[in-house]
Amino acid sequence: MPKIKLPTKSPHIDMTPMVDLFSVVLTFLMLTTTMRQQEPAPVDTPFSISEKPTPDFNTMTLLLSTDDKVFLNFDNGPDTALKFRPKVLAEMGKRYNIEFTESELRQFEKYPSSIGVPMNQMKEFLAAKENTEKMKFQTGIPLDSLDNQLAMWILVTRQVNPNVDACIKGDTETGFAIVKKVLDIMADRNVYKFNLITSLEAAKINLEEIQQ
Amino acid sequence: MAEIIQEEKEGGKKKAKKHAPHIDMTPMVDLMCLLITFFMLTTAFSKAKVMEIVLPEKIKDPNAEPPRISASRTLNIVLGPDNKLYYYPGSVKPEDFNNLPPLAETDYSPTGIRQLLLERNRTLAKKIAEFNADVISGKIKIPQDSVANEIRKLKNIDDTGPIVLIKAYKAAKYGNFVDILDEMNICGIARYTFVDIAWYEEKMVETAAGINPSAAATAQN
Repeated sequence: MPKIKLPTKSPHIDMTPMVDLFSVVLTFLMLTTTMRQQEPAPVDTPFSISEKPTPDFNTMTLLLSTDDKVFLNFDNGPDTALKFRPKVLAEMGKRYNIEFTESELRQFEKYPSSIGVPMNQMKEFLAAKENTEKMKFQTGIPLDSLDNQLAMWILVTRQVNPNVDACIKGDTETGFAIVKKVLDIMADRNVYKFNLITSLEAAKINLEEIQQ
Repeated sequence: MAEIIQEEKEGGKKKAKKHAPHIDMTPMVDLMCLLITFFMLTTAFSKAKVMEIVLPEKIKDPNAEPPRISASRTLNIVLGPDNKLYYYPGSVKPEDFNNLPPLAETDYSPTGIRQLLLERNRTLAKKIAEFNADVISGKIKIPQDSVANEIRKLKNIDDTGPIVLIKAYKAAKYGNFVDILDEMNICGIARYTFVDIAWYEEKMVETAAGINPSAAATAQN
């Protein structure tokens, strides 16, 4: 009886469909991704049932950390084309008698995260090359009544872009005292509408529960 | 004549070219796996959501009187320290600071504050829930984006639900604040606002939570 000859060479798996699939997934991820930005302070947002997405532009976001520091961020959306960030800094510089050079303004525009630098250290902050070096200047925006830079930031931002909306991003554990302070500062500048940034959580109530 | 010569040449080698050249795709797959993993880990998939809140306007004119609301419909919620939650109905006059009513304690769970709010807001909550059920079952046909608007209308004409005043004690947390506003949305409360805490209410919280006011003051500093 003749023996059935098995092919001696190793079985070759055709990887083309796998590559195709991977390409599709990769393209999808690359297009949908928005890089997670490193915030100067880690913040775990509280949960809510709200399903309204964060607006992409015309926002100023106040980051309130657990150690009572306040950071400010401007959107990086279509407004970057309007050069919103450098305008704000230039205007701030005028108020505090600091002249910012063109390259410094560009640095400020490109900085991808929230900013919590007192105005007198802003130049050093922008000159710093390393990220770790920059982090040293991120001590939070001063907001006591003697030197209320946060109020000035808000005022200037609203002058530069009147359509700006205030967002508040706080940690669940942030003390209410600082939140109250910030809300008061905003109310003094006639900002009463806020967007509180939260994570989505489902909560349902049904009819029977109500009728009980 | 060049063509013919070429044909002759290829004729002899035809056997070797039977199979298409096989490219080894394994390194490519490896690379792609790596990239996919990288993107998956760095992507923030769900975009953060926002919850809107409008605070009452500050009254800057010292002679202007604050708007009056009926005490019988008022429910005061005070965010206490250590994730505690207190409430009292009606209003307290600063004159009876020696004889302050006790605060009732509750919590942020569905059986706590949510139950309480739903009980007081039953008529409106029922209307909203029925409206939602009708939309889902197809009894009412309206476009999806005007549902929120319709609910807002229902809330506007309601005059039975409580008027909730939210106050926060200084040791409360930001998470508590978001939680309570969220609870207002869940229960469909039509009228709620966040107001400054009065000194006598701070006192009430301190009595209820067993805080020594002077100790609390030193802890703050």
